[in-house]
Amino acid sequence: MASRDDIKFLSNPNIGSQRKKYCRFKKYGIKHIDYRDPDFLLQFINEQGKILPRRITGTSLKYQKKIAVAVKRARHLAILPYVADLLK
Amino acid sequence: MIQYEVTFIVDPVLSGDEIKQTAKTYEDLLKDSGCTIVNNDAQGLKQLAYPIKKRTSGIYYVIEYSTPNGVFLPKFELALKRDERILRFLTVRLDKYGVKFNADKRAGLIGKKREKAKEEVKEEVKKSNTYKAPAPTPKKETPAPAPAPVAAKSEEE
Repeated sequence: MASRDDIKFLSNPNIGSQRKKYCRFKKYGIKHIDYRDPDFLLQFINEQGKILPRRITGTSLKYQKKIAVAVKRARHLAILPYVADLLK
Repeated sequence: MIQYEVTFIVDPVLSGDEIKQTAKTYEDLLKDSGCTIVNNDAQGLKQLAYPIKKRTSGIYYVIEYSTPNGVFLPKFELALKRDERILRFLTVRLDKYGVKFNADKRAGLIGKKREKAKEEVKEEVKKSNTYKAPAPTPKKETPAPAPAPVAAKSEEE
């Protein structure tokens, strides 16, 4: 494969590669998710206050369920809203 | 011993004494039921994410306690439900990770741990980058029965 400077492509050949997604709980060994910490939970909800899917956040199934439970508890205690606008 | 955590929100409209008294009554109720209170956290006035009973802020209390069994729980929750001064409450049973997390948080390890881990990672990276060959001990050496290589080196130089 000639990697010459004068070969120009119409679309970037590197565009397919993305950053490796990983579950941050498995990687850093976090076992418990605190429902009373809104700043931490904000990472897992979108601007409307909805819980993000795990294909976006890269979380494993086990921890995604724990996150969902924590967010729902926080919503019950009015730490996070049920419905929001421009949350972040 | 099962560890539970109850978070409740007290009406902010009440006077300070009434609020403290409300929290105290539930603490006493727990003690009378035979629980050992592990932690009592008064988080104070906070803004609610949405209005509850037309109020926009509330006073959060978190009580962590442990019991041999949860027999008293239905009565306790019923008392919380009936009390008009309490807006919301939530009882959570803590598993071993939750217990450990709360203990660490009280000891102040949670926020700092991440900084420490970062620093350790940085130090390790530094060490591996700046690896030096073990230099010969330079200090004042009396002409000891010196090892031959040293003599050989000096001769070469």
